[in-house]
Amino acid sequence: MVEQIIYKTLLASFILILSLLVAMYSTLVERKVAGWFQDRHGPNRAGPWGLLQPLADGIKLFFKEEFMPNSADKFLYILGPSLTMFIALLTSAVIPWGPDLVINGQTYAMQVADINIGILYIFAIVSIGVYGIMIGGWASNNKYALLGAVRASSQMISYELAMSLSIIAIVMMTGSLSMRDIVAQQQGFNWNILYQPLGFLIFLICAFAETNRAPFDLPECETELVGGYHTEYSSMKLGFYLFAEYINMFISGAVMATLFLGGYHFPGLDKLGLSPNVFAFVSFMVLFAKITFFGFIYMWIRWTLPRFRYDQLMKLGWKSLIPLAILNVVITGVVILLNQ
Amino acid sequence: MMNLTNRSKVVSNKQMTFWERIYIPAILGGMRITFGHLFRRKTTVQYPEVTREFSEIYRGKHVLKRDDDGRERCTACGLCAVACPAEAITMISAERKPGEEHLYREEKYASVYEINMLRCIFCGDCEDACPKEAIFLTREMVRSEYARGKFIFGKAELVEPFDPAKRIDISKRQTPEVLEFKKNRSYKHNR
Amino acid sequence: MFTEYVFHFLSIMALFSAVMVLASKKPIHSVLFLTMTFFAIAGHYVLLNAQFLAVVHVIVYAGAIMVLFLFTVMLLNLNKDERSLKPMWVKIIAGIAGGMLMLILVGVFREYDVQSAQDPMTTQIGLVKNLGKILYHDYLLPFEMSSVLFLTAMVGAVLLGKKEQI
Repeated sequence: MVEQIIYKTLLASFILILSLLVAMYSTLVERKVAGWFQDRHGPNRAGPWGLLQPLADGIKLFFKEEFMPNSADKFLYILGPSLTMFIALLTSAVIPWGPDLVINGQTYAMQVADINIGILYIFAIVSIGVYGIMIGGWASNNKYALLGAVRASSQMISYELAMSLSIIAIVMMTGSLSMRDIVAQQQGFNWNILYQPLGFLIFLICAFAETNRAPFDLPECETELVGGYHTEYSSMKLGFYLFAEYINMFISGAVMATLFLGGYHFPGLDKLGLSPNVFAFVSFMVLFAKITFFGFIYMWIRWTLPRFRYDQLMKLGWKSLIPLAILNVVITGVVILLNQ
Repeated sequence: MMNLTNRSKVVSNKQMTFWERIYIPAILGGMRITFGHLFRRKTTVQYPEVTREFSEIYRGKHVLKRDDDGRERCTACGLCAVACPAEAITMISAERKPGEEHLYREEKYASVYEINMLRCIFCGDCEDACPKEAIFLTREMVRSEYARGKFIFGKAELVEPFDPAKRIDISKRQTPEVLEFKKNRSYKHNR
Repeated sequence: MFTEYVFHFLSIMALFSAVMVLASKKPIHSVLFLTMTFFAIAGHYVLLNAQFLAVVHVIVYAGAIMVLFLFTVMLLNLNKDERSLKPMWVKIIAGIAGGMLMLILVGVFREYDVQSAQDPMTTQIGLVKNLGKILYHDYLLPFEMSSVLFLTAMVGAVLLGKKEQI
């Protein structure tokens, strides 16, 4: 029991550090990828291939002037970015990162919390994720920040619906709300994307909207809103907002890989006859590769598509994605009924 | 209206077909294009290590030439200032005193010669206008400064060094064709 | 033992934020304190082994309804203290109504036998599987009826929200 608690603590800290590191280097990768897409090199001055660039950025953010508007609500102004960061880090708790480890004859699950309502937990976190942005945007007492916050919240509420509906089809197929069961069911190449291509597409689009990434980055639309909800933020508070976006990208990539791309499974991997711990490590790397793939997709889309107009965003969410998601649920239900 | 190129397209407000309205094919097409750019040759010039290739007759900072004996060629005639479209050149002339023959080639010289590098557009008209082959543009760049005043270059910055080894080579700019061109009085600015 | 501490912490948090909803000057703060109350109550659900209820509580109340509240309050910009003083008789009536509610609650809890209550950890009714079975087997008709009711309410809201006369 004590070992389990120590192990869980270690795992949680490992995932925390991993998320932070990945978010840090996502900033570099994003700038690199943006450069390559535009026939440039991207940052390459700080260290070899610019590997020290995230450190330089972090130091810069820490030493920038700490600015607070006079008429801001002091407490909420600080609460906003902290809450955003906190909520972004919460989701990783229910994601199964790999198969069980075996140490001294004891098995340890590579998942911080295997709660039987894992998917609902993710929905809950996503639905309260909007608070950080709204509080920050309102507390700045700036019209652009407020408009950005209002946009962010209405966008996130709208796309949450289609997102949840697209997952309901998966839940119907699996018969469980636990992330662990969903992954276990996708053994080998039995991935959910093969059965739910439409659901995957809807979820992918909604994930873009939920993480406020281009082409749905209207909450921070520079051309109209200066900087959106973080117009009045500077130094590390701004850093927290930007950082949380990259953590959200990482976590949503993990969720998509878990729900649709078979999590840590890869065809033929379990037939190699690896020892349990090596197998767990390789499986974890497989999951990480899938997350990286999604990270690249995020950036690829960002540097390809222009930003949507606000009415187009709402029309897409309410008039296309939600009916499609409902249709997907109905079709899945009929197929399940016929196969019984 | 006549088309300047054959690339123009006639636009219309026709209804999009279903295939066009679901957008996904168009998005994938766009993604294919951007993906192609991932492996293109990068156009960046890595500046401190690599410098951009300059033309032999690049028009950069000006130089006031000396003749073979090290005397200043400029006689402060003011033709360059007249030719300058940006009105960047100004000068004050002075008369050569006895004993200064080794400094100035003619009896009249420019005691002050200033070019405002913020106004200059580096067109090279001063070089074309000069009857004494005294002013030339070089391949050297105008350095950046923090104060505007520092961009007004006087004779200290413009006149080339006395040491014959450090003279600036302008032979690439002054080919026989150029000299022939300058002699031709039918050109307006040579008159 | 551990759960007892958590229970006390959550209860204090719930009561404190509930009082602060009324006491805080800015409407935005009231809304946020109300959200905190909801989180504390969700924590209580978890202690009662009703995780599904807890999560749904967070999704529906904190994630959807309170966000809409926040939305409205933000846009109305109620910062200025515009609340006019209510006349005396309104206060008296409010006092009487509140007192009666409290009387009823006290009466209910006096009659409630704590000993007969089941240990929350032995009942599995709050888990999603059992809850789903009960809802879709034993109470299927009321459940579907309530969903129809919600649909009706939604259509009504849309109709009310429309500008043109019908």
